Amino acid sequence: MSNSGRPLSPHLSVYRWPITMTLSILNRITGVALSLGLIVLAIWLTQAAAGPEQYQYIRATMGSPLGKLMLIGWTFAFFVHLGNGIRHLVWDMGLGFEIRQANASAWAVLILATALTAAFWAVKF
Amino acid sequence: MGRSYSRDCADGRFLGGEVLSLRTPLGRVLGTGSAKDGTAHFVAQRVSAIALLLLGSWFLYSMYTIDGMAYLEVIRFVSVPRNTVLLSLLCVTAAYHSSLGVQVVIEDYVHANGVRIFSLIASRFAHVFLAISSVYAVLQIGLTT
Repeated sequence: MSNSGRPLSPHLSVYRWPITMTLSILNRITGVALSLGLIVLAIWLTQAAAGPEQYQYIRATMGSPLGKLMLIGWTFAFFVHLGNGIRHLVWDMGLGFEIRQANASAWAVLILATALTAAFWAVKF
Repeated sequence: MGRSYSRDCADGRFLGGEVLSLRTPLGRVLGTGSAKDGTAHFVAQRVSAIALLLLGSWFLYSMYTIDGMAYLEVIRFVSVPRNTVLLSLLCVTAAYHSSLGVQVVIEDYVHANGVRIFSLIASRFAHVFLAISSVYAVLQIGLTT
C-alpha cells in the first residue's frame, strides 16, 4: 500500500481539492448571486422610470461603499458565470473533457473573470 | 442493473420476453423518471444562455461606456430605440434563465415537499414579476422621453 506508487485518492486524508470543483460550485453561487442582482436591475430601471427624485435613492444606495462593493461582486459573478457558461456549452459539444483541458479552462475562467472585472472598474474609479 | 424487473418497458409497452428496465420498482410506482421533462429544461437553459452571452456582454459593455449612476445618462441610453429593445430582451431572457436555474437549486436543496412546491411557485411568480416590471420601466422610459 505504501510503496506501490498508486494514487490513493479519493481518500479523505490525502484528497486534493480539484480546481474544477471550485468552478462548479462557483457557477451555482454566481448564478444565484446574479439572480439576486436582477432585483437590483429591476429597482434601478423602475426608479429611473419614476423620475430624478426617486432615482436619488437607488443612486445613493448603490453609490455607497457597500453598494459599490456589491456592484463589483456582481461584475465578477457575471464574468465567472459567462466564462463558465461558455465552458459548459463547449462540453455540451463533447469537447474539452480531458483533465488537463478541464483544469486549464477552469483557471482561464478565473483569471479572465478577475482581469475583466479589474478592467471594467479601472475606468470607474 | 442486469436484473429483469418486469416484462414491460419503462414507457409501459409490453414487448414480450425478458425486457431489462433500468427503473426501480419504486420509481415506476412514483412515476417520476429521470427523463420526465428534463430535456426541455436542459435545452431551454442552454438556448437562453446563448442569448444571454450576447445580451449580457452588450449590457456590461454599455455599462462600461456610460455612467449608470447619472440619471440623465441612463435615461438617454435607455430611450435609444435599439437599447430599449435590447434591454427589454435582456430583462426577459435573464429572468427566464434565472428562473430555470433557481428552480434547479430549489429542487436540489429543498426536500420537504410542501416547502419545495411553495418555493418553486414563489420563485416562478417572483421571476415573472421582475421581468414584467423591468420591461414596463424600460418601455416607459423609451416611450416617454
